Amino acid sequence: MTALLEVNHVSKQFGNDSKALSDVNFTVNEGEFVSIIGPSGAGKSTLLRCINRMIDATGGEITFDNMNVMNLKKKELKMVRTRIGMIFQHYNLVNRLSVIENTLHGILGKKSTIAGVLGLYNQAEREQAVRILSMLGLGEHIYKRADQLSGGQKQRVGIARALIQNPRMLLCDEPIASLDPNSAKTIMDHLRTISSQMGITVIVNLHQVDVALKYSDKIIGINQGQVVFNGSSKDITKEDIQRIYGSEAEDLIFDIGGIHAS
Amino acid sequence: MQADFFAKKRRNSLGFLLILGAITFGAIVITEYNLVKGFESLPRAVTWALGNFYPTQESLSRLPGILNSLLETLLVSIAATTVGASFALFFAVMGSNTTRVNAFFGSISRGIATVFRNIDVAAWAMILLFSFGQSSLTGYFALFFGSFGFLTRAFVETIDEASGGSVEALRATGASYFSIIFQSVIPSSVPQMISWVLFMIETNIRSATLIGLLTGSGIGFTFNLYYKSLNYDIASLVVITIIVAILFIESISNYVRRVIL
Repeated sequence: MTALLEVNHVSKQFGNDSKALSDVNFTVNEGEFVSIIGPSGAGKSTLLRCINRMIDATGGEITFDNMNVMNLKKKELKMVRTRIGMIFQHYNLVNRLSVIENTLHGILGKKSTIAGVLGLYNQAEREQAVRILSMLGLGEHIYKRADQLSGGQKQRVGIARALIQNPRMLLCDEPIASLDPNSAKTIMDHLRTISSQMGITVIVNLHQVDVALKYSDKIIGINQGQVVFNGSSKDITKEDIQRIYGSEAEDLIFDIGGIHAS
Repeated sequence: MQADFFAKKRRNSLGFLLILGAITFGAIVITEYNLVKGFESLPRAVTWALGNFYPTQESLSRLPGILNSLLETLLVSIAATTVGASFALFFAVMGSNTTRVNAFFGSISRGIATVFRNIDVAAWAMILLFSFGQSSLTGYFALFFGSFGFLTRAFVETIDEASGGSVEALRATGASYFSIIFQSVIPSSVPQMISWVLFMIETNIRSATLIGLLTGSGIGFTFNLYYKSLNYDIASLVVITIIVAILFIESISNYVRRVIL
């Protein structure tokens, strides 16, 4: 397996003394499903956004597909971003536009400015959008306005918008944090399928340790901006969880034994 | 401890009320305002208005002229607002934290808008009187500057509120700046912006009446003319047409708001 993403000694400083990330190192292989877990404010979102440079890291090196992301020019950065899909906790759709328009937003990065401004999409692109939406079970909602959908459906539109980019990698920032357990399961199942069947690398920030253990190949645990665990989800122990969350593992509301048994 | 907390809160409220009372009393003493006399004169004012301030049969003959200047005022207000809105849209996109090109241009455009907003429409009219004299052009520019400043501020907030998330999502897909503006910012903020423009038109029609007094144009001037020449019946007709026009415009804009929001 080849490494698609390498994060070396990355740090991020906001202001003068608050360090959001310090000396973060990890690699992600092609097609892997990786979960980043850790307490609120540990730097999970910051780390995810440093990868596609929605936030600029203050030090270190990030290599995506053999390209150093840190010193790309504006135009090259946009090229890299077209190959990385992003999914958000609050879906970040344009609520007043239809499901298919929101989906087609994913290919704006490949369009000329004129075509982008006027929203000109060709037949092939529209059919592609319909195909992806049907695959995600949204076939009958294509022309509905985004604000008429439920949370789980909105998140699936978010996934469709990322998939139409034809990405090598998906970055998911707390994709199920605002969803009920059923919708959350649907979303996680879709992400798992995307990783294992389409070969797209998926990196997910998660709050739910049990979900992370169940779905991912690899877990990265973060506490106070530092990687405190990096390994297979099968190898994780009670002590590791304790180290990540900095509390007694017994206090956490899930049963680690039950997860590994199933 | 807990009792202390609530006692302190009560003391604070009481202190605030005492200060407010002292200021009111001080103001009454300084301006030599007689409270009793002030309220006594109210019924007399009403009696006078009922006796003189109503349109008569003859005053109706002046209606076409009045409607003409009312129409002028309405059109000037609408023109000033819509032109102001298009400038405001540009400055708001430049000034909003979500869509600005960089921090430097952002603060410049917000700074310009703040200056225009904080000078009152009436003050603008007086400043512009020097350059344009007593004409409807002065009124137009005064309303235009005021609307521009206010709408820029309102639009900046609309953009920040309505499109923060989707702008981030589109930036992450590698979309170009103008694609983001036209595919995300404009579709999410347009209804709210139209609502602000309608509000501005309503406000401007009200201000335009006062501006007319200063600049000698429109319905404000018409009112002043009849009022100063003691034609109270015609002046009251002017007031009635203004009220009817404002209610009419407001009902239209309420209807439009219901449809678009």
